[in-house]
Amino acid sequence: MSGTPAVSWRGVRVELGGRPVVDDVSLDVPAGSWLSLIGPNGAGKTTLVRTLGGTVAHDGDVTLLGRDAGSLGVRERARDLAVVPQHPVIPPGMRAFDYVLLGRAPHQGLRCSSSVQDRRRALAVLQRLGLDTFTDRRVDTLSGGERQRVVLARALVQDTPVLVLDEPTAALDVGHQLEVLELIADLRTERELTIVTTVHDLTVAGQFADAVAVLADGRLVADGTPSEVLTPGVIGAHWGVEATCDVDDDGSVTVTVRRRKEQRRTPRAGVAPTPTLQRTEDDRP
Amino acid sequence: MATATDGAGLSTDPSVAPAQPPDHDDVVEVVPEATGLSPAWLLAGIVAVAAAGVVGIATGPVSLPLHRVALELVDHLPLVSIDSGLSSSQRAIVWEIRTPRVVLGLLVGALLAGSGAGYQGVFRNPLADPYLLGIAAGAGLGATIAIVTGVGDGVGPFDPIPMFAFGGALVAVAMAATLSVRRDGSGGPATLILAGVAVAAFFTAAQTYVQQRHADTLRQVYAWILGRLSTSGWDEVLLLLPYAVVCGAVLVLAVGALDVLAVGDDEARALGLHPRRIRMAVLVAASLATAAAVAVSGLIGFVGLVVPHGVRLVAGVSNRRVVPLSFLFGAAFLALADVLARTVQAPAELPIGVITAFIGAPFFLAILRSRSVA
Repeated sequence: MSGTPAVSWRGVRVELGGRPVVDDVSLDVPAGSWLSLIGPNGAGKTTLVRTLGGTVAHDGDVTLLGRDAGSLGVRERARDLAVVPQHPVIPPGMRAFDYVLLGRAPHQGLRCSSSVQDRRRALAVLQRLGLDTFTDRRVDTLSGGERQRVVLARALVQDTPVLVLDEPTAALDVGHQLEVLELIADLRTERELTIVTTVHDLTVAGQFADAVAVLADGRLVADGTPSEVLTPGVIGAHWGVEATCDVDDDGSVTVTVRRRKEQRRTPRAGVAPTPTLQRTEDDRP
Repeated sequence: MATATDGAGLSTDPSVAPAQPPDHDDVVEVVPEATGLSPAWLLAGIVAVAAAGVVGIATGPVSLPLHRVALELVDHLPLVSIDSGLSSSQRAIVWEIRTPRVVLGLLVGALLAGSGAGYQGVFRNPLADPYLLGIAAGAGLGATIAIVTGVGDGVGPFDPIPMFAFGGALVAVAMAATLSVRRDGSGGPATLILAGVAVAAFFTAAQTYVQQRHADTLRQVYAWILGRLSTSGWDEVLLLLPYAVVCGAVLVLAVGALDVLAVGDDEARALGLHPRRIRMAVLVAASLATAAAVAVSGLIGFVGLVVPHGVRLVAGVSNRRVVPLSFLFGAAFLALADVLARTVQAPAELPIGVITAFIGAPFFLAILRSRSVA
């Protein structure tokens, strides 16, 4: 993919409460690629992606598909950009099918009435995500993994070329994490989506993204391919942990983090130094 | 680059859609329906309104047969001519005395319950009712001022108490809305609710002060606050009708947007909506309607809170159902409550607010228990 980047930040700065949360960040996301934003807590990842949605006041230029994101109307923006929030609001009692149909709102009129095409569209996406048996289930009764897929379905039904996922797997176990991420990877190929994710799991960033950008204290401190960015040096400098980074033939990176050796030698407070198994009086036959 | 879609599969380009489902033109597939106002629910609401209307008109000191009242009403439909068998004096009772009062009850009930559904929708708060933003307190102060100053005794053909109440209600809700917007133009639903609470507290304190200073009018003020439906012909109905039409139109137009708003302001904006604009449109319509209803009927509690909840419990959470059915069942509920208010201690009348609470609370608890057990 070449030409105009799908998403571009140029000298972007966001202040919240008089403190810079994002500071002079410039970054391009080529169309059809997957960028993972990583960084310690409070690094400014979520704030940076929120500048795309127009919900955060900022300095600098943010462009979406070559157009100034700030100048787009909300409806126009919602046709270009779908967002899977970190903590989606699940309306109590709402059917999964009705919830997914909300994603068609940017394509509907004032009354937000669903046409047959809208409903077919929602059904097609639910089928694709293996959720077609869930249409009449209440979203608030679904498990965490099922719910995450329903929220993803709502974003996909929006039919946008750019998809932003804020910590898409934070609430999921390892199995469901991989399931959701593989699904996003497949859909990205099928629909030529541009994907921007914020993630905490460095291996997730290293396995799925084309490009990784590290934010620390609001500043962009490293960016490039996973193998360029996910190195023991970068991880040690910004997360303060020891890590080994295994690069596969395809360039994906697996990051293993372990405790520092000196800390491992120090017994934890309140824990017996030699935890050996001892029989008690009651255990005796 | 936007992927072109055909509205059925995931993409029009098969090369980029290996997992695309088959073309819907070739496959007979059951596409699920979106939750909406089904004809059965609409019919149930209309039947409830019609039944409450007929019972309301037939009940009173002079007993009128239900079926004759129904025929008399049908006779007045366009292109219909039926002899109801009522005498001319009975017809006069129907059309001059009872029908205006029943219609007023239907309108007030519809407006309070519909506005309550609207308030609950925009605030995403089950405890929101039409009096949330200080309308009750504002109207109470307005009516109290009219009564204690003696203006309420009447100026020419007009009854000033409703006008003062209407004015007070609008001043209160306008203050709440204005004070909730911060200097930078921001301000969410929580700020608006808090501003409403503060304004209501202020107006209630002012009303209590004025009332204390004029203890001789205490009974009159108290009677107004408890609410009543009394008419002097069709004037009150005509006063309410425009608000009912505008409020009904705005709320029914907004039901889809209210469903989107259920996911919160940030997500609703990401779905292409203007949450604040929608909220303001619904609040202005619902507040005008509530103020008009309060002006002619006093403060009738419980309808705006309980009817939408009852509807939600039996018909589901979608505002596409809750809002229109709240209008219909709220109308029927208040018309029937008025029948009880008129008959329980006849010839004396009970305050209708007492009836709505007495009937509404157990009814609501019964639904709540049966649904939570199920």
